Amino acid sequence: MFANILIYFVVIPLLMLAGIALCRNVRQIRAVAVTGSLALIALSVVVLLQYLDLRAAGETAPMLFTDSWTWFEPLHINLAVGVDGISIAMLLLSSIIVFAGSFASWKIDQPKEFFLWLILLSVGVFGFFITVDLFTMFMFYEVALIPMYLLIGVWGSGRKNYSAMKLTLMLMGGSAFLMLGLIGIYYHSNPAGGQLTWNILEIASRAADAEQCIPQGWQMVLFPLTFVGFGVLGAMFPFHTWSPDGHASAPTAVSMLHAGVLMKLGGYGCFRVAIYLMPYAAQELSYIFLILTGISVVYGAFCACVKTDLKYINAYSSVSHCGLVLFAILMLNTTAMTGAIMQMLSHGLMTALFFALIGMIYGRTHTREITKMGGLMQIMPYLSVCYVIAGMASLGLPGLSGFVAEMTIFVGSFQAGMADYLGGEGSLRLVFTIIACCSIVITAVYILRVVGKLLFGPVQDDHHRTLTDATWWERLSTVTLILCVAAIGCFPNFFNNLINTTFSPAIFAVLGM
Amino acid sequence: MEITAIYYLVPALIMFCCGVYGFITRKNMIAMLISLELMLNAVDINFAVFNRFLWPGQLEGMFFTLFAIAIAAAETALAIAIIINIFRAAKNIDVRSLNEMKF
Amino acid sequence: MDVTVPILILAIPLFMFLLLGLTGMKMSHKLAGTLGTLGMGTVLVLAYVTAFTYFFGGAPEFIDAAGNRLQYLVFDQTWLAFTQNLVIKIGFLLDPISAMMLVVITTISFMVHLYSLGYMRDHHGVYEHGFQRFYAFLSLFSFSMLGLVVAPNIFQMYIFWELVGASSYLLIGFYYRKPSAVSASKKAFIVTRFADLGFLIGILVLSYYTGTFNFTDFTSSAVAGMEGVTQVNIHTAEGILNIFQSSPAPMFMGASVLTWALVLIFMGGMGKSAMLPLHIWLPDAMEGPTPVSALIHAATMVVAGVYLVARLFPLYLMEESALMIITVVGALTALYAAMVACTQVDIKRVLAFSTISQIAFMMVSLGVARMDIHHGLGYMASMFHLFTHAMFKALLFLGAGALIHAIGSNDYTDMHGLRKYMPITHITFLIGCLAIAGIIPFSGFFSKDEILSSCLGNSTIAYVWMSAVAGLTAFYMFRLYYLIFWWKEHKVHEGHHAPHDQPWVMSLPLIILAVISCVAGFIPFGNLVSWNGVPYDFMAHFNWSVAAVSLVVAIAGIALATVMYRKENELPAKFKNAVPALWRWCHHRFYWDELYMFITHRIIFGCICRPLAWFDRHIIDGTMDSFATITNKASDAIKPLQSGQVQMYVWYYLIGALALGGITYICLL
Repeated sequence: MFANILIYFVVIPLLMLAGIALCRNVRQIRAVAVTGSLALIALSVVVLLQYLDLRAAGETAPMLFTDSWTWFEPLHINLAVGVDGISIAMLLLSSIIVFAGSFASWKIDQPKEFFLWLILLSVGVFGFFITVDLFTMFMFYEVALIPMYLLIGVWGSGRKNYSAMKLTLMLMGGSAFLMLGLIGIYYHSNPAGGQLTWNILEIASRAADAEQCIPQGWQMVLFPLTFVGFGVLGAMFPFHTWSPDGHASAPTAVSMLHAGVLMKLGGYGCFRVAIYLMPYAAQELSYIFLILTGISVVYGAFCACVKTDLKYINAYSSVSHCGLVLFAILMLNTTAMTGAIMQMLSHGLMTALFFALIGMIYGRTHTREITKMGGLMQIMPYLSVCYVIAGMASLGLPGLSGFVAEMTIFVGSFQAGMADYLGGEGSLRLVFTIIACCSIVITAVYILRVVGKLLFGPVQDDHHRTLTDATWWERLSTVTLILCVAAIGCFPNFFNNLINTTFSPAIFAVLGM
Repeated sequence: MEITAIYYLVPALIMFCCGVYGFITRKNMIAMLISLELMLNAVDINFAVFNRFLWPGQLEGMFFTLFAIAIAAAETALAIAIIINIFRAAKNIDVRSLNEMKF
Repeated sequence: MDVTVPILILAIPLFMFLLLGLTGMKMSHKLAGTLGTLGMGTVLVLAYVTAFTYFFGGAPEFIDAAGNRLQYLVFDQTWLAFTQNLVIKIGFLLDPISAMMLVVITTISFMVHLYSLGYMRDHHGVYEHGFQRFYAFLSLFSFSMLGLVVAPNIFQMYIFWELVGASSYLLIGFYYRKPSAVSASKKAFIVTRFADLGFLIGILVLSYYTGTFNFTDFTSSAVAGMEGVTQVNIHTAEGILNIFQSSPAPMFMGASVLTWALVLIFMGGMGKSAMLPLHIWLPDAMEGPTPVSALIHAATMVVAGVYLVARLFPLYLMEESALMIITVVGALTALYAAMVACTQVDIKRVLAFSTISQIAFMMVSLGVARMDIHHGLGYMASMFHLFTHAMFKALLFLGAGALIHAIGSNDYTDMHGLRKYMPITHITFLIGCLAIAGIIPFSGFFSKDEILSSCLGNSTIAYVWMSAVAGLTAFYMFRLYYLIFWWKEHKVHEGHHAPHDQPWVMSLPLIILAVISCVAGFIPFGNLVSWNGVPYDFMAHFNWSVAAVSLVVAIAGIALATVMYRKENELPAKFKNAVPALWRWCHHRFYWDELYMFITHRIIFGCICRPLAWFDRHIIDGTMDSFATITNKASDAIKPLQSGQVQMYVWYYLIGALALGGITYICLL
């Protein structure tokens, strides 16, 4: 079992859990958290390199490093693992954010309990990205969700009980749909009469075959269930309202992990389960979700324009950006999907950066109301500059990650839209692509509004003049994220190729991709 | 006129119903306890009657009746002890007002 | 051609940006300034070498045997591959206009770097706060602008287009403690962002149909097969040509997609080049430091729109309607900006509106250019005007900067009669004014004259209109000149505190630019730049009547300004009272800002954002909350059933038992 490299993505966090449980003081806890997350980063890089090597050597299997261990025989539940370019990108993202998050919660109260829950959450996240077994995937998904309740409820701020409850209940509601969908998939995984299976790869390998795929009638039922189930976590309109409240109340590192990684679970799941396994229904039903996600994109941006709480602004901006992820996935077009994955990476890093900075600013000024702050550039230049960089990434400045992701999405969606339009299949995709393009302007409006009010101008509150700039651990946390944002922005083709190789399987033949 | 089982069963039934009625409607715990005893005794009568008419050669029903009487006596003692304690604590034995420990 | 030099042209400013941006705080001000200036000086030399090699080196890749100039791709590196064909590359395209722009940008940028060494410190020699940051941003801007002009594909152009927008944002907001500067920078960014939306969609449309981003593919295909076009690089022309010509491109809302694409792309140009109605950001952008205004908002970035249209000019030639739109927008903007410029008080705003007006000249010139009108003279004239305008407008701005530096105010009401105190500034400013007014032999005369010639070739209306604007230009520039340097004597503190000329680092750029403005008109521009690379000898086609008319118009404008403003008198007030409405509208810039404020605040924020946010909090979130509330309520509603009263339970039990018995009885029957 331990010969497979992927299993270490779960083993390392579990070891970290054990380590933290044994820790006596905060220094040891920090040491364990940092060492462990560094090990995770190293592991993801190793996997990435090995993956690239194997691909370069001509490996054409849809997923590499696959392996499977029986877990519960009667229901064919296995712990099956395997990764492709997309999962590796997500693993990299998660490990980086866990690393940055550990630094962002350097001075948290009750560090032992906090880190225990945080690491348990990352067990779920990493497990989710490495498994290809629907049941195990769902289990890890739940493992990632539950600690959130305690993390927000105990370490949060503001209306934390309400927010924690709301977040957990809404996501659990999503899980209920999801579980129905997954069980449905299991029972229709082999209509030809063979053994039923939870294995994604096995089901996907039959998806293109009209006889052996999940029956089309069932697809039409199961697709909405799974898409909505994951879509709730991906903050799809109108199931996004947990996000503003949840993020606003969550402690810094949890906001980072949640917006940075957990919301990506939604997008990843939508892609990996809903679209990957049920391409037929995806084609038939995409218009419904296209409308919803298209609305998300502009709606989140518009709402962000008038909010005055930094975290609310950023949460709505996440709704907009994550909406773009789901939107692009539904374009069912290689370029747009590549863009969607890049947007996940990009949004994960940049929103984590945002939340880290907001947490740091909040930790100093004890307010998140932009009307009560101003001129922070004079007081804490380092944090302010980082905030400007994050803002620029968010509004899509070339050279930072947001631009490449958005452009890839727009080019891809526009192609899908024009193909529809010219093919006489209606102009829905085209119209929504153009509407989504409008978000680049609205994003600029709310980002610059915040930057102008918060960082520039005269100092609003004289008490703020005595505040200090970032400490070394805060600098480390932000620099890591900024470097990653810039790396994606400057060398997009590397990530583009990494993700693109995933789209080779014959499964997409059914989508005409 | 031959005395058949029905002559015993009907009064027992009436007694039982009175017990049920009393148990449901009375709010005084003592009265409820008395109603409970009524029901028990109605059942005891039934046991004795059925034993006498259906299996005259055996004594299980009689034993059961004696047993139930003993238990009822113990139970009554216990219940009255509880009621007295409640009365000491709450100065009241009306079940409608004894809801402080409900939720 | 060796790729080292072109790469260095892009890499040095980028490196300087990173160096000064990351370590600037640790450097002394002087070191940062010197490093930045030296870096830019190196780039200047390299760019001059490149442009010289291109124009005069005579290598076969630059010029063919017949003397026609060719486009040459120095390097082209894949940056992001969307699909097989749609690939963003980062490259370096050398052709007449990019070589010309390299010269313009590096010259002005170097001058500004040099000038800022003096400008960005006060009279006691203390450097301004954020001096290093200023140089870092200047380097970033130079990098972006150079990347923009050498872009061989439209997406690279878009990338750098966004980057210049961002660096412009950073530089306008340089004095970030001033709320007005912050809002000006925000406005500039958002307005141009809005325009870029059009640009982006235009790119998407164009690239969808052509399957490529490359300029050479677009333009070659557009002109392939045209008469008189001999030398345009034709690589993949045929396929694209088919899309546009053989099979009619699909129509959309009454216009072909090509028209839509071109108009949308032009919209991007309108935003950057401050054409009506997207001009509102430029006057406000004057909140930035004056050298920045000279570099970005007068000479280089704002002409990016013109440059964009010129880049795609062969495509625009295919769609007369798009060119028509450009002409109309340009003509309206030119007149509007000139009228507004006549009434402004802030000298930088006068110059800003003059910039808008002059860029509109370039746009009109492109709009009226046709192959059959003097062999596409308008294109050449536009580029020529771009070149001369960059020089004299930078000169004027730097002169204005010197004045502001000396006086400490932007308004001419605080200046008056400065000619005695600041002779160098006075002379150079006068040269700039003469150049922009179009007086022979200063550079503006030649370029403007060619614009007017090509207007005349296209339509008389355009010619008359633009000539009138040219007259107005002469008027408002000399109004400004007289109000600064003449009008009434300055009541100044004499002696040490009297306004005086600036240190040499500031004077030198003024003098150099003044010299360039004097002689640039004699550059045989037609031989270097023309729309299809064929040398065009404009002296042979010189239209003396047009020249004479424009000279007369310019002199008339100057004469009027002299009468009204040379000495303090009542005429301006009388004029103002004669047409109060017109004056008021001009003074308030035709209330465009108010209109935009209304649209953004009342409509977008008030009618869209706020209701949406309310809707989200109350309707969407309310629904979600109400699920929870309903669950709670339902729980509350059934909770009394578990009353804890045994008597109730007995009731339920009895009723249940009876019901069961009843049901059993009915079933058994």
